[in-house]
Amino acid sequence: MTAARRRRLTPAKVVREGAFYLGCLVVVAISLFPFYWIFRTSLESDSQVAAGVGGSNGLLPSHLSWSAYIGDFANQHFQTPLFNSIIVAFATTVVTIIVASCAGYALARLNIRGAMAILAFVLLAGFFPVIAMIGPLFLLLKDLNLLDNIFPLIVVYLVYTLPISTWLLRNFFAQIPRELEEAALVDGATRLQALRKVVVPVAVPGVFTAAILSFILAWNDFAFAVSFLQTPGHFTAPLAIVTFGESQYQTFYNRIDAAVVIISIPIAALVLFLQRRIVAGLTAGSFR
Amino acid sequence: MSTAGAPVVAPPARPRSSRRRKREGRKADRRLGYALVAPVVVVLLAITGYPLVYNLWNSFHFVNLSYGNLPRRFVGGANYTSMFGSSAWVAALERTLAFTGISVVFDMIVALGLALMLHRKFKGRGVLRASILIPWAVPTVVSAMLWKTMFDPRAGFVDYFLGAIHHPWASLTWVNANVFRSWVVIFIADAWKNVPFVAIILLAGLQVIPTEVYEAARIDGATAWQSFRRMTLPLLKPAIMVALIFRTLQAFLVFDVIYIMTGGGPGTSTETLAFLNYQTFINNTDFGVGGAMSMMLCVMALVVAAVYVRVLRPSA
Repeated sequence: MTAARRRRLTPAKVVREGAFYLGCLVVVAISLFPFYWIFRTSLESDSQVAAGVGGSNGLLPSHLSWSAYIGDFANQHFQTPLFNSIIVAFATTVVTIIVASCAGYALARLNIRGAMAILAFVLLAGFFPVIAMIGPLFLLLKDLNLLDNIFPLIVVYLVYTLPISTWLLRNFFAQIPRELEEAALVDGATRLQALRKVVVPVAVPGVFTAAILSFILAWNDFAFAVSFLQTPGHFTAPLAIVTFGESQYQTFYNRIDAAVVIISIPIAALVLFLQRRIVAGLTAGSFR
Repeated sequence: MSTAGAPVVAPPARPRSSRRRKREGRKADRRLGYALVAPVVVVLLAITGYPLVYNLWNSFHFVNLSYGNLPRRFVGGANYTSMFGSSAWVAALERTLAFTGISVVFDMIVALGLALMLHRKFKGRGVLRASILIPWAVPTVVSAMLWKTMFDPRAGFVDYFLGAIHHPWASLTWVNANVFRSWVVIFIADAWKNVPFVAIILLAGLQVIPTEVYEAARIDGATAWQSFRRMTLPLLKPAIMVALIFRTLQAFLVFDVIYIMTGGGPGTSTETLAFLNYQTFINNTDFGVGGAMSMMLCVMALVVAAVYVRVLRPSA
């Protein structure tokens, strides 16, 4: 594929390139147009939604109204589930990073026996069906009087985050040249000092990637939340959204979609700014 | 595996004391290693091993909270018999298998196309990658509500668009009115969210294929299709296997999107195994039959995961 070859344009090539870019356009449209549509719907008032799309301007909202957003916070108290979600996702991320960094380092570096078996077990745990966990954990939380409480979720969500983070960090530590650490050890540093002063600074990008993925995975849970949480004040954001449309005899999609837009924004921002890291992280755990 | 990066030193040249110190250091390292790795093992054993054992126990006992505090007595295989004998469970099994089969085939083909597109170097590749990553990254509640809005007869784009082109389907109600149309919307919402992940795995697989392979094929006069069939597909096999198993398990255990979009309706016609299991636990509080259902899910998931671990032996 030399530069000269690529630059020569034949009609067939123009058609092929055109088809390729058209394909890209279709993919982008299918991925993003629904977001535009819910944003549009979220900017309608209750009466506009009741009238239906046929009664409005179709693709554009007839006039912008923030009433759905205001209503979500003022009447439905969406700030509470939002706050719950932030606490749980953030705490899960912190615990995951601490536990997975330690394990990832040990599995990559410290010649422990059975490292393979441990890695295989971690992987297998990641495949455990979430639905098969909810019955026994429901009974356990009931006995411990911890049903309808967001804090047990922090532990339970580790089943989403630990397998991928442990694998990712183990692979990351394995890539850091051993010589860096050996040099510090030869200079008289203890293993922990070498870890803190030499390995940790180099490992920051890997830890960061694991943190992003953990946050996304914890933020997105629905199955555990719907099984263990019972009162609206304790809901996480995804669970709260499902109950938004329930009480009315008509579904006010503007209210639902305003909340959907709000919980999508942090995730969309993470993806837009950090897509390279996310892609690298997703594939690091899977194979190689 | 972890010796790969070890510095090359000539042991005989080193003094004896240093070697012993090194051996003791290695022992201390190992102790530190077990301490560091213990939390991950303990946590994962607690949150997966405990439910597994508890489900197994429950599945052979009568454990139903809706009868007050009746003793949890041993009932032998009764829970399994009632599960296999229940038409709801058998119907859910059939639906789940059909959904899994169709989703996996469709998603793999579309994802392979997307991966091939993303593998090309072109202006706007970042835009394409970001726009498919966003559907993957958002919560299922977003993908489900978004497509529910899109297909709503009043608020939705689909019926609005069909009306604008005067299509006879313009005033159809999609979700929860008709079994087939409900499944169509579930299928679309599920594929829209999950195809990107499969595409990213396949893309990573494409990127580790050395370019020399294609050069060689071109020199030998292979057409693009030939080199795809004979070179790309066979070399992509590990990535395809990984993606297949990920996706199969995910589709087989589908729950969130069903709960949010249809709640299993119309009637019980979109109930899947996972959804039925959830209802048995949380709505019926029957942890005996629910435990039997969970054991079945675990066995089926384990079969798929075992293949995965075999394909995917870790290497440094």
